[in-house]
Amino acid sequence: MNFLTNTVGRKILMAVTGLLLIAFVTVHLIGNLSVFAGPDSINAYAKALQDLGPLVWIFRLGMVALFAIHITFGIQLYFENKAATPDPYAIEKTLVTSFSAKTMIFTGLIILAFLLYHLLHFTIQVTNPSISAANLPLDAASRLDVYTMMVLSFQKVFISLIYIIAMIALLLHLAHGISSWVQTFGLSTGPSQDKVISIGKVLAIVYGLAYIAIPLLILARIVK
Amino acid sequence: MILDGKAPAGPIETSWDKHRFDMKLVNPSNKRKYKVLVVGTGLAGGAAAASLGELGYNVEAFCYQDSPRRAHSIAAQGGINAAKNYPNDGDSIYRLFYDTVKGGDFRAREADVWRLAQVSNNIIDQCVAQGVPFARDYAGYLDNRSFGGAQVSRTFYARGQTGQQLLLGAYSALSRQIKNGSVKMFARREMLDLVVVDGVAKGITCRNLVTGEIESYWGDAVILATGGYVNVFYLSTNAMGCSVTAAWKAVKKGAFMANPCYTQIHPTCIPQHGDKQSKLTLMSESLRNDGRVWVPKKAEDCTKHPSEVPEAARDYYLERKYPSFGNLAPRDISSRAAKEQCDDGRGVGESKRGVYLDFADSINRLGQKTIAERYGNLFDMYEKITDENGYERPMRIYPAPHYAMGGLWVDYQCMSNIPGLFVLGEANFSVHGANRLGASALMQGLADGYFVIPYTITPYLASIEPGKVKNDHPEFKKSAEDVRSELDKLLLIKGKKTVGELHRELGSVMWEDVGMARSDASLKHALKRIPEIREEFWNNVNVTGNAMELNQQLENAWRLADFIEFAEMLATDALNREESCGGHFRVEHQTDDGEAMRNDEDFSYVAAWEFKGAGKAPELHKEPLKFDNVKLAVRSYK
Amino acid sequence: MKLTLHVWRQQGPEDSGKLETYKADNVSPDQSFLEMLDEVNDDLIKTGKDPIAFDHDCREGICGMCSQVINGRPHGQQELTTVCQLHMRQFKDGDEIFIEPWRARAFPILRDLIVDRTSLDVVMQAGGYTSCHTGGVADGNALLVGKPVADYAMDAAECIGCGACVAACPNSSAMLFTSAKVAQLAVLPQGKPEAKRRVKAMTEAILSEGFGNCTNHYECEAACPKGISVKFIAKLNREYIKSMIPSSTE
Repeated sequence: MNFLTNTVGRKILMAVTGLLLIAFVTVHLIGNLSVFAGPDSINAYAKALQDLGPLVWIFRLGMVALFAIHITFGIQLYFENKAATPDPYAIEKTLVTSFSAKTMIFTGLIILAFLLYHLLHFTIQVTNPSISAANLPLDAASRLDVYTMMVLSFQKVFISLIYIIAMIALLLHLAHGISSWVQTFGLSTGPSQDKVISIGKVLAIVYGLAYIAIPLLILARIVK
Repeated sequence: MILDGKAPAGPIETSWDKHRFDMKLVNPSNKRKYKVLVVGTGLAGGAAAASLGELGYNVEAFCYQDSPRRAHSIAAQGGINAAKNYPNDGDSIYRLFYDTVKGGDFRAREADVWRLAQVSNNIIDQCVAQGVPFARDYAGYLDNRSFGGAQVSRTFYARGQTGQQLLLGAYSALSRQIKNGSVKMFARREMLDLVVVDGVAKGITCRNLVTGEIESYWGDAVILATGGYVNVFYLSTNAMGCSVTAAWKAVKKGAFMANPCYTQIHPTCIPQHGDKQSKLTLMSESLRNDGRVWVPKKAEDCTKHPSEVPEAARDYYLERKYPSFGNLAPRDISSRAAKEQCDDGRGVGESKRGVYLDFADSINRLGQKTIAERYGNLFDMYEKITDENGYERPMRIYPAPHYAMGGLWVDYQCMSNIPGLFVLGEANFSVHGANRLGASALMQGLADGYFVIPYTITPYLASIEPGKVKNDHPEFKKSAEDVRSELDKLLLIKGKKTVGELHRELGSVMWEDVGMARSDASLKHALKRIPEIREEFWNNVNVTGNAMELNQQLENAWRLADFIEFAEMLATDALNREESCGGHFRVEHQTDDGEAMRNDEDFSYVAAWEFKGAGKAPELHKEPLKFDNVKLAVRSYK
Repeated sequence: MKLTLHVWRQQGPEDSGKLETYKADNVSPDQSFLEMLDEVNDDLIKTGKDPIAFDHDCREGICGMCSQVINGRPHGQQELTTVCQLHMRQFKDGDEIFIEPWRARAFPILRDLIVDRTSLDVVMQAGGYTSCHTGGVADGNALLVGKPVADYAMDAAECIGCGACVAACPNSSAMLFTSAKVAQLAVLPQGKPEAKRRVKAMTEAILSEGFGNCTNHYECEAACPKGISVKFIAKLNREYIKSMIPSSTE
């Protein structure tokens, strides 16, 4: 298990878990976007997930493990890198790195905080019990009315703001993360490097805007 | 005293093989009992330390830089020769041997040159095995190019950074031994004394350049691989830290300095600009493969833009004077020819000390892309320094001090006249005679380090008892005291001139009087001026700081002190040698058309000088040179 | 030209340092940066002050000894140029110039602008070589190396080991330096037998010597005076992944 202490081993671990988390973020996004197809669509999606039974728990445990690894090693690497750079330059100048690359730890921690809130909000449903699906009447097909819960939540400016800020953090995190794993897996060659970085940034913007669209459109009463 | 180089007798073709068999060996299990000190970690020293460490000796290696990877071997650009004859163009060990003896103007020991030519092929194999990325052709075979002074393509190269790649190869081998524990590396140390016990070299005294500590190291043998001394001219292509100090300390302990007047002035350097310059930059003479050297025929054209000088008004003087070698004439000849043109008032550039190196023809013939592939890094370097684009207008070049053929006297075993003191690479005098051919310095450094010293050190080691003298011996204490008091003396002068100013003064005397062309009068003038500079140095130099700290001024000061003493010996040697040969050109000894005239009758010997104290005339010892295989002839490149 | 210099001065490794201001009048645009510092030092010596200590040796951009961060950029603003090859024509009259040493925990400051880079040597000693013996190797042409492979290896091998990549890296990682050697030896047939052991050992040495981790900022490539590409880091990563897959002979 040497790779757990090796600088490249852990980098690869970050990339593997990061890539799986991107996969999760992708699936989650596709599911969530069904909110735009109307109540029937997203409520059916939620029901389908719930009907998986124990599989949900296996999936959830897997997600916990992924997050735990990604976060633990992310923090560990951050502190190691801090320790390796004790004194700042009088003139700090960077040439090619990006804001998103320099703020990975912070955007990551924002996402972590958001994640906890998000679970409390929509999964455990303790932050706003009055508008939680558990306390709302079932929909016409006797399913939990996830759609109404989302709409009522995001009509609140405060909640929408939390989601939007968190999704900007996600956007920034992905802006470095997506192209980064290509390099970490050793797939990039010199000339393609710039393209890979650009594609990563474009994808991050796509993810970010798509996620932000949900609270934003609801807040703007375009989706009701 | 008549010196004996102890070259093996018998036919030259088998001399090294037979000698290898005749030499005593050290039993493998006994090797670890011997400690060998290696000073300098360039090609020669790095290769020696790695090879001896691998054989099982206990090695300690020293360099003044922060890492062995920075030795000035790294700056060699062009390539390394070997008699592989891969291009099938008529090369052989014998031809490399012959070319080197002739190129050295018949002032080298034949047997040493033969050995060098013989092991040259092993060097290429060794470097390939280390992962040195030599240039290859599309089929995957090693590529060759031609180089000054040879009519065959025998030069192996790694872009324009051959020295760097070979040094990194040696450095990697050394790193492996350091990891294995067989070599202990001491970086940022400078050797300031050789410890001699009962006439035998037994250790060194170093200054730790970071702490200022004076440290003693004992060894059963001491190997100096400390490079050359052309920084005695102040402006040269050597690194700023290159000095004669380690060699000179050995000379002061009785080692002989051989042929110090043989200095090589490299023809393709970037001309000096202004008086604040600290060093000269060399561009590989491989440039002469595709560049044509010229100056305007008329002095009044020299200030014009080169493109305004029509073809008919240009003097391609190398092609004119040496039709068969043309722009590839050996270094000494090319350098002197450039000086002649400039002395004639036809030099170009602001200082009028420059000639054109023109790539227009090659660019027309091969395209700029091919030229950029071959020499791109050199064109970039030229532009950074001069702010001129070498593709668009001809480069300006001028000769600069570059390499020292002279060095500590050694016998065939690479051992100096002090038993136990071995000298390798540029620091010794052995194979290049009066002039070194291009791409031969790298060859010699690695030959000495990988394939000569591991054999030739054994008879000496086998004859002594290992570890008999250690650094508790009183000589070590005395040596450390001497070093300390000399450093204190330097620090106490507190005069008005900086070390740099005095070095520039010495350099200007050496360049003007003992440079490319030397005369009886100029040398006598130098011998008058050098003691004056020495006097001024010891009374009026200002060395700041103290002895127990990182003190670069102090380092420069002791190096200059040694250069000044050494300069006198160099000029004395040049005055003594009443002939012109290779890098040593005496204006009194030239043919009607300005070619060097050797005097084999009186000067076919190695001049080995014994130091008799500062300000006292050194004593001359001679090692007669015999040429049984290469016929002594006038060296003609016409 | 007249310039104002702010230079990091520090007596020794244990001392705290600070920026001191010096005037450089009478600077010629044809001077190199180090020649300009030489002159400042000559003036300091004449007024009885300690000159600025800085590492330098070959002054032709190949030994890798010179190491100064100029206005926040290792080796200064000119691309693909070491400090010693930087010329004053890159600056304007009246410029303020900040000169600092490489800063990284793995490079302790010895004095002023001089740092200790032994850590890079240790990374090399961990595996930056082929374990060939002196003598007894095959003929140079016995191993064919195609031109593209030889060129790739040479691109990597051009590293001069100056440490600018570490100085530029927000994490002080030595990954570019390490990867250049790993990549060079990984593509050459001579280096392949030890490729797995090499990449593991050298990457382990990075952390034990106090360097940071690579997080793909690519500042190293931008600062490298020899233009070493981060594609070699990708190559190192791939080599590391390969090293984790046991082969049938292990």
